Amino acid sequence: MSGTDRRSIIGKAPVAERHVPLVVVGAGVAGTAAALAAARAGVEVLLVDEHPVDNDMMAMDVPLCFGGRMQPSVRNRALMLERVVERNPELASVADAGVDVHLGTYVWGAFVNSPTVQELPGPMLGLADDRRSWLVSYDRLVVAAGARDVLLGFPGWERAGTLGAAGAAALLTRYGALAARRIVVIGSGALGLHTAALALEHGVEVAGVVEVEASVRGDARAAKTLAERGVPFFTAHTIGAARGRTGEIESLVIVGVDGAGAPVPGSEREIPCDAVCMAIGLAPSVELLHLVGARLHFVSGLGGWVPEVDASMRTSVPTVFAAGDGAGFHDAMLEAPDIAREQGRRAGLAAAESLGAVAPPGRLISADSARAVGAAPVPPAVHGYWQAWLASLVAAGGWDVNVCQCEEVTRRELVETKPPRYLRWDSPAMKARNLGTLLGDGPLNQDQIKRLTRAGMGPCQSRRCREQVGLLLAEAAGTTIDRIPLPTFRPPVRPLPLNVLWPVDEPAAMREDWVSWFGIPTQFSPHWTAGMAIDEPTAHANLIMSDE
Amino acid sequence: MTDARGAAVVIVGGGVTGLSAGWWLARAGVDVLVLEKGIVGWEASGRNGGGATHVYSPLGLEEQRLWPQMDELLGYPTEYQPYRIGVALSEAQLALARRWAEIGEARGFRWESLDRRQLKELVPIVGDNAIGGTYLHFGGHANPQRTVQAYAWALQDHGGRILQHTTVTGLARRGGRVVAVETTRGTFGADVVVIAAGPQTGAFADMLEVSLPLAPARVEMIATEPIPLMRVGGVAGNGLYGRQTLRGNLIYGGGPHEWINVPDMTTPDHANTPLVRNLSRRLAELFPGAAHVRLIRAWSGLVENTPDGLPVVERLARPDNVVIATMSSVGFGLSPAVGRAVSELVQHGRCLFADLGALALGRFAATPPDWRERAGWVAPPPTVEAAAR
Repeated sequence: MSGTDRRSIIGKAPVAERHVPLVVVGAGVAGTAAALAAARAGVEVLLVDEHPVDNDMMAMDVPLCFGGRMQPSVRNRALMLERVVERNPELASVADAGVDVHLGTYVWGAFVNSPTVQELPGPMLGLADDRRSWLVSYDRLVVAAGARDVLLGFPGWERAGTLGAAGAAALLTRYGALAARRIVVIGSGALGLHTAALALEHGVEVAGVVEVEASVRGDARAAKTLAERGVPFFTAHTIGAARGRTGEIESLVIVGVDGAGAPVPGSEREIPCDAVCMAIGLAPSVELLHLVGARLHFVSGLGGWVPEVDASMRTSVPTVFAAGDGAGFHDAMLEAPDIAREQGRRAGLAAAESLGAVAPPGRLISADSARAVGAAPVPPAVHGYWQAWLASLVAAGGWDVNVCQCEEVTRRELVETKPPRYLRWDSPAMKARNLGTLLGDGPLNQDQIKRLTRAGMGPCQSRRCREQVGLLLAEAAGTTIDRIPLPTFRPPVRPLPLNVLWPVDEPAAMREDWVSWFGIPTQFSPHWTAGMAIDEPTAHANLIMSDE
Repeated sequence: MTDARGAAVVIVGGGVTGLSAGWWLARAGVDVLVLEKGIVGWEASGRNGGGATHVYSPLGLEEQRLWPQMDELLGYPTEYQPYRIGVALSEAQLALARRWAEIGEARGFRWESLDRRQLKELVPIVGDNAIGGTYLHFGGHANPQRTVQAYAWALQDHGGRILQHTTVTGLARRGGRVVAVETTRGTFGADVVVIAAGPQTGAFADMLEVSLPLAPARVEMIATEPIPLMRVGGVAGNGLYGRQTLRGNLIYGGGPHEWINVPDMTTPDHANTPLVRNLSRRLAELFPGAAHVRLIRAWSGLVENTPDGLPVVERLARPDNVVIATMSSVGFGLSPAVGRAVSELVQHGRCLFADLGALALGRFAATPPDWRERAGWVAPPPTVEAAAR
């Protein structure tokens, strides 16, 4: 004898609007290569990319740090769509190969069955544009979501004009809509030099490249070319503050540092500029991989947490592949798009093969390309460099600088694990609590400190602070960032309005049987009297207390 | 770790119930140790709506008496805020809101009816689809994450100990009593053991040959970006529970649960499903004025239910030095009171301030072993994922 609990999820499984054998997320170099390879092998492919992102999302620095430096033209969706297509020639070949391409479409969730979820008919993605959301189920998934900006705060970084290298590159190349005339680039590694060159190429003046280390970190020839074009280099310098009379950056104060990274008094210099571009590094966008349960591991040389992949770019979840910057970013990938392209091609082919498709001859993985991807040595670690930058910024800017802009949590409040300021809470007991006492109770956990301080809990979904929170906490706790557990990612991985997420495809049973809590009639019954149970109108629980 | 120093009272489970019990015991001068498999309050205790309005319960009056004092008693912020507003979008919802209010009235609390105009004055994001509501001059809500940490810290301030990342693997018995708790970090001697392990409580009861019928389930919640603070943050309705936080976020849950199989002792993933969309819709219906507000987070938690949805809070007859406390999925709000009740069961063998008769385990003496199947409270059959897996 068995009953049915109508208030449970049974009978209300989410319905996918569409099923696609292969979904590729991200239409960059890797994603388009994956889509192309799979489509040519005869697989039906849906390629989804969020660009052009709407202006409101950009204003929150999602998904990249655009620093409020968008031209008003980004509000013109049709124009932006046109530009994104026109500036990505790969899209045309992908479409020619029969791939269904959805631009301006967010992938905000990935849902799979797991030990605590058994209800789903199969793995599915949550998609949305600026008007509505829907679900797509898939057999195979390639995540080529790119990398996002790593930002480190300084006094005045809340002002409009603080960009990230990926955000700046997107505005320059994909959108043609960067509203900055004179920028200062922070970081002289490959990313910094690349960003400076990109800016010059698009007619943006580069007022300086600032480097905390004693010499230029990137390729000397590339630096020389920039210098010859009039770009000043400020090595052994860090940021003092961004200044401006309004909420806009009008100048950047930089300050010389000594061998220990400490500011040298009297060495301040003010550079007029309207944008500061943080280009010290990128972090792979692994949100969706985390949500599907792919195993991630920390590889500093690849930007931090990256998926474990085999030579065919297959993750620990056999149906999910990762490729491109999102599978791990390192400097060489900037100048050699073939690396990402080859990763994408492999992922697309492997996904196609696992679906029973046969790749056209000559397109199988070659020995050469195997070397290019699989046997590549692990690139040098980057977090020590980020930590050195952060140390110099703390030395120059102090502890009362916001680490989390959304929730206005300062570095000091973070490492002292202070409750948020709006609580105006003070007690001797609270004063006695700090990171040190917390560490006495167990190893450092970024999510726990997030709950206490609120750092990382705002609308940008910790995109601007995730790395610096980790680095600050690791330093304060006397450990290193690779030893802190991965701070979790929660859906929706893009901040979307309630009325966009609103499911127009909701099954009728969802509405008819909805209860706020389990719908057990006795659960909220007054204990002193019978028959006055809180019984929600839709409740019909089968109470099995005895055999009768 | 070999320094397994036991305690007079060892509490299995660092959720809100175990921590509150530990805090009450520690402040009474009892030597207490809390064992937690992960981080304190990491499961349902720190993932709920924060509601503190359970006047129907035998522990309800004590809940109402204690909450306004908790910040001061603990010495740490709980973000407790008094009062609740119920919003109704239909006659059925209005009847439900009124019944909650009337139950309070039966215990001596005051409430008022609100018409649409009054409702909109108090809650500006309510729309014309609302037909009326209730204003409860009782009840309230707090921040679960901050509160669990407050209990933990206050417990330590009174000399109690907490061991995190310590999984209990067994209960050692001698002469009809539990004498020690076996863990992944050694064996801890105890005079009295409190089991407050949420969904895993049943597994520990099994070790003592005590039958405690529990069905675990997964439930989900959503959080929006902050919006301007309303006069009363405790607003709910339309089949949702939750609140506006003091930061301004709207945090709500509700809707269908998924029954799952009894979890093992590892920390589960806190996965969400597309239900976040259905929750978003209910919230946008409840607050049309906030329909454009962005959802920034969602999460899930595991809770356990007894067959009648009521807690089991009892000092066992055999072994007679064990107290079991499962709150049947409604534990956060009642935590100040149930912690006190457990501390009295430990110290005096009975609860002095309330009659816990309704929460006794004996009511399930005749519950058949297949009660979950009969009630339909079972996990969906596992689906075959993709063919190639």
